[in-house]
Amino acid sequence: MTESDPADDTPSMEAVRYDDGTITYPGHPVGPDGGDPIESIDLSEYTAEVLTWTTSTAPPPGVREPNTLAIVEFTVDGESVRAIGQVDGDVSIGQTVQPVYVDELRDPEPSIRARDSQDWDGYRFEPVSE
Amino acid sequence: MERVAIIGTSMTQFGNRSAWIRELLAEAGHSCLASAGVDPNALDHLYVSNMAAGEFEGQTGVSNALAHDLGALPAYTERVDQTSASGGAGIYAAWRSIASGASDMTLLVGGEKMTHRSTSEATDVIASLTHPVEYKHGLTLPSFAGLTARRYLDRYEAPRESLASVAAKNHRNGVDNPKAQFQKAVSKETILESPIVADPLRLYDFCPITDGSAALLFCPESVAREYTDEYVVVAGVDGATDTHVVHERPDPTWMGAVAESARGAFDMSGYGPDDVDVAELHDMFTILELLQLEALGFADRGTAWQLAEEGYTARDGGELPVNTSGGLKSKGHPLGASGVAQAVEVYEQLLGDAGPRQVSADVGLCCNVGGFGNCVTTSILEVGA
Repeated sequence: MTESDPADDTPSMEAVRYDDGTITYPGHPVGPDGGDPIESIDLSEYTAEVLTWTTSTAPPPGVREPNTLAIVEFTVDGESVRAIGQVDGDVSIGQTVQPVYVDELRDPEPSIRARDSQDWDGYRFEPVSE
Repeated sequence: MERVAIIGTSMTQFGNRSAWIRELLAEAGHSCLASAGVDPNALDHLYVSNMAAGEFEGQTGVSNALAHDLGALPAYTERVDQTSASGGAGIYAAWRSIASGASDMTLLVGGEKMTHRSTSEATDVIASLTHPVEYKHGLTLPSFAGLTARRYLDRYEAPRESLASVAAKNHRNGVDNPKAQFQKAVSKETILESPIVADPLRLYDFCPITDGSAALLFCPESVAREYTDEYVVVAGVDGATDTHVVHERPDPTWMGAVAESARGAFDMSGYGPDDVDVAELHDMFTILELLQLEALGFADRGTAWQLAEEGYTARDGGELPVNTSGGLKSKGHPLGASGVAQAVEVYEQLLGDAGPRQVSADVGLCCNVGGFGNCVTTSILEVGA
């Protein structure tokens, strides 16, 4: 289990490792190859590489416009794990990004999904200046 | 096991319709039964393929409603929801009902009523199939298409124009389909200059929002012969499922559930990709036609972009005409109807009833995709004898 700073109450970007070594974000009751979940990993402590991105100019209700999104790949102890999310700033394939916490990614009120059925905070990706 | 035949079809006008879901379904259902000369009382089972009448219109229980509206009581009814692949899942359900002996006459009606909603609202209804970690970021089906298209074009060094070729081809085919939402040819230049929706994809890379309904009538081959000499047989059908979370797939440009469902359908039929004469693929987005051509075995990975460019998938003179109906691209995509309408087109092609769209075909394939490849059915149809 990854220890976080006790003074920092920011929620983690929680991925899950399974007993066969695979990792997924988000976690599931069963891993991709049938493994049992054994520990959580906070991806917000890692950087990732952009695999692909898009800018959506026709987002649904409650979503910022335009909405730039990316699929990114983290490497944790040699194991790759992908995530998807909003991007702030210029983005390109192969770019290194870091997760930055946002307390509301989408306004749940005008959306079709029940507000209390899920959380709405999470992590956006920002380019790491090199 | 006796083979399963299709003896009747129908498709309503697709587009902006004033009719609501019950009326659309009844229109297609009545006309399908009439096309085959089958009385509604002969129905044992009635399936309705529909993703979201409750969310779009506030009308649930649509299969019960349709049985009453058709005069088909007391036929057993069931609504089949497999998101955008509800139509193909309905074909699989109808096939099972006949193949198992549970029914001797099954009507499948697929339909959706969507255009009374704004684009934003309709997009949200469809995006509600996503996982919470996707939904909270505002992921939509078009944005998955943009993400995948960029990856594909970059990885395989495919030109952006190859996607425009798919759209131009399918719009050209739709000119000859009087039931299509758009019956207008669109140039590659217009497509490449249209507004960006999900970069690098533009307006003409996407299917429209559509109202419409389509139907198919299934029975055992022995029963088919009592009604007609001209019918089609379901030679193979299968369905498969991929991850709910799209980014967890090992290769973002490979549609695993398409490949799995195709393998099952080909195995059942005894045919392979080389035997298929005509195909209706789920071109909800232009990139999907390419990914399906690869996962179905019609092209090697990373090469399908060349097929539309070279005219391989063209209706006139192509080796494998794809989306002779105009596809979802020009015909429109009333979610639950689309998979059913694919088989309506293949039925007409196989029986020589496709008019100006006619190609030479003995074996046809339909691939219906739900989510962004989350759930897929593939069916292979051939002329009955």
